[in-house]
Amino acid sequence: MTFSSSLELLAFHRVVYTIYALMIISVVAWFAYNLTRKEKAKSIVRIPFYVYIAFLVAGGVGHHIFTYNAIPWVSQDITRHNITPDASYKFEVGKHKWINMPKHVTVQCGQTIEFDVRSHDLVYGFGLFRQDGTLVTQMQVNPGTDVNGILDSNDILWTFNHNGVFDVTSTEYSGPDAYDHETGEDLMKVKKWLTVVGCKEDGGKK
Amino acid sequence: MSIMNNLINGTDFDHKSLNALQKVTLRAVVMSFLFFGLVAIEGMIMRLVVTGDANPLPKMFSHPEHYFSIMTVHPIVGIFGSTYQLVFAAFMFLVPFLTKKPLYSIKLANAVWLLITIGTALAWLAAFFTAYAPLYTLYWPLPADTTQFSVIGGIVFIVGVALIMVGTLGFIYNIYATIFQRVGVHKDKTTKELLISGFGIDGMLNLWHKLTGKPPYSKEPALALPVVAIFRGTVDTFLDAIVILTAGILVLVYLVFDASGHPLSVAAVDALLYKNYFWWGLDLVADGLVLIYVAGSWYLLATLITGQKLFMENVARAALMLELLVSWMVWSHHLLADQGQPEMMKLISGEMVTAFELLTQGLALFITLVTLWKARPLKMTPALAYLLGGLVGFGLAVPAAIIQADMGMNRVLHNTQWIIFAHVHIALIVGLYMTLYSAVYVLWPIVTNNTTMFSKKLTWTHFWLYLIGGIGMGAFAGMSGLDGMLRRHLYVHGEFNTLMILAAICGTMVLVAWFLFLFNIVMSVGIKGLIGIFLPAEDKTASYGIEPETVAEDHKV
Repeated sequence: MTFSSSLELLAFHRVVYTIYALMIISVVAWFAYNLTRKEKAKSIVRIPFYVYIAFLVAGGVGHHIFTYNAIPWVSQDITRHNITPDASYKFEVGKHKWINMPKHVTVQCGQTIEFDVRSHDLVYGFGLFRQDGTLVTQMQVNPGTDVNGILDSNDILWTFNHNGVFDVTSTEYSGPDAYDHETGEDLMKVKKWLTVVGCKEDGGKK
Repeated sequence: MSIMNNLINGTDFDHKSLNALQKVTLRAVVMSFLFFGLVAIEGMIMRLVVTGDANPLPKMFSHPEHYFSIMTVHPIVGIFGSTYQLVFAAFMFLVPFLTKKPLYSIKLANAVWLLITIGTALAWLAAFFTAYAPLYTLYWPLPADTTQFSVIGGIVFIVGVALIMVGTLGFIYNIYATIFQRVGVHKDKTTKELLISGFGIDGMLNLWHKLTGKPPYSKEPALALPVVAIFRGTVDTFLDAIVILTAGILVLVYLVFDASGHPLSVAAVDALLYKNYFWWGLDLVADGLVLIYVAGSWYLLATLITGQKLFMENVARAALMLELLVSWMVWSHHLLADQGQPEMMKLISGEMVTAFELLTQGLALFITLVTLWKARPLKMTPALAYLLGGLVGFGLAVPAAIIQADMGMNRVLHNTQWIIFAHVHIALIVGLYMTLYSAVYVLWPIVTNNTTMFSKKLTWTHFWLYLIGGIGMGAFAGMSGLDGMLRRHLYVHGEFNTLMILAAICGTMVLVAWFLFLFNIVMSVGIKGLIGIFLPAEDKTASYGIEPETVAEDHKV
């Protein structure tokens, strides 16, 4: 099982967690009901203590093993400094404005893109969003400089496997000046900043 | 008895019969629930603002400086003003009650609730009047950004938070001074014995001796298990107070220099290093003291309700020690989206050690459920129902966080409404508060000298409204996070309207539930009694000698 986009992952997550939530509520409700009954309750299933503990350990560790193998951006993120991107976009942010940011970016399907954002003053975020508001990817953008005064890099690699038009905005709060003080509009939002082309309808290269 | 008579005189509450320990406990409880109301109203304002055009509030609430100042004080009022007060009140009563020793200092206990109340009020006023809004995360250098925020507002806010932390240190001193007092049952105990028991080392040694076939290290540990949980959780409370206090001093220094016309360079403090330091401390609240205190409270409530010994007590003692160690090493799960954070820290601290919380909390859940099960049939009292509600809350909230504490999931869930609602709000509103409500109902007859509760119907209405509203709000708003809704962001066009309206409806249920609870309490103690709680106690006794076993009688079928 592999998720080629965050949409697939989030849909899977929504289903799994909803089932889990209903299950845990039902178990405690069943427990509460039987707690008050004088007749001995019939066990639906008897789980030995050590099996329960093993289940918790397996759940905690197995979750990460599963996502490492099923979500492609995990290993790519860990090894990103050894990967040569197909294109790289370096820009800055300061006083709630993007600086030297390309007006628009077009990405061919399957390309791996590096985004390197550097902050002059505050902690910001860099997030790409679909037109329906769902999140594609994001990172934090921390300020800081090295000993030579060069701004610290905040870089992320992302491989685009689905066509789409994406907005960009800061995913971290940086004070009320990031918004229009009257209307509340997000001043850091750049609409339709990135376009991905050349993918098949269900994703992947044509 | 007429409604008006009840409102003034209560049912049969007599504040003059309360001793000093009971009164100081009730003072903090009253302040805690008043702050709870404030935090619920703040929460509802924010829920309504993000519904966009459907928002019935005046336009000013949608202005970013106003909206984010509410968002800044919301957790300060909720976590410190309400939760800390309630937990501290309960523990400053329970430690003397369980150890059968007097509280070290009633004066200090009074100072604690006063400091936390004044500190919370100052922080709230700073945000209300000057719109100081760096949020509770205080990400450097935002709290010292005087181009966006008032210097005076910042100073007042930080002084307020500092007072809360000084009050917290007062609580810590009072708890440890009480535990280490060598009087009563601990007259012949040494400090070493109390320390070994407090850290749960006796539980571990008991387990080891059992495995190696030796006689138990300690047949009767010096400290009862709930006291061990309080002892252990308070270690994290101390570390957290130091971190928040020092971060506050740092901000204060910058603001004072700015006010004097000689601003310091904010670049002198590394933003990522600061994040690590601050999250290490702040996470000791979420993943340390809350989980440890809650586990201890579950064990106490289960034993008081059933009147039986806790199932697997030595394992529970050992697990509390494990939880303490785990809580010191998990902060990196807040930094999985920070690309400058070393990958090994993300992997080990952020993912692997964090996953242990599933084990420690799962163990606490299991031990509590089995203890209850072994004592069945039990009568479904409010105390038992709220305890089960608390178990559901953590059963939902802990896995929601473990799922996000993953490098793959975090990329699409970080800073979204998922973590703040599906995890934080369900953990606090449902998990923690329902546990605390259970404690309130268990301790009510003890702390109020058997005062009759005004209405059982109101108690149960509160329970169902609160449970359904709390889970519903967390679920609907949490799901909006999966749709990309950010947690620290202002939406003015109703972008996530359907889920936000559903969350607002459920939030209203929580607010109404709080009002019904408050009404029930006020009608039970009366306004005269409420005022009397704050008058000096005639009986200066700082302890309470009722045997815990008597509580179990109320739950027998």
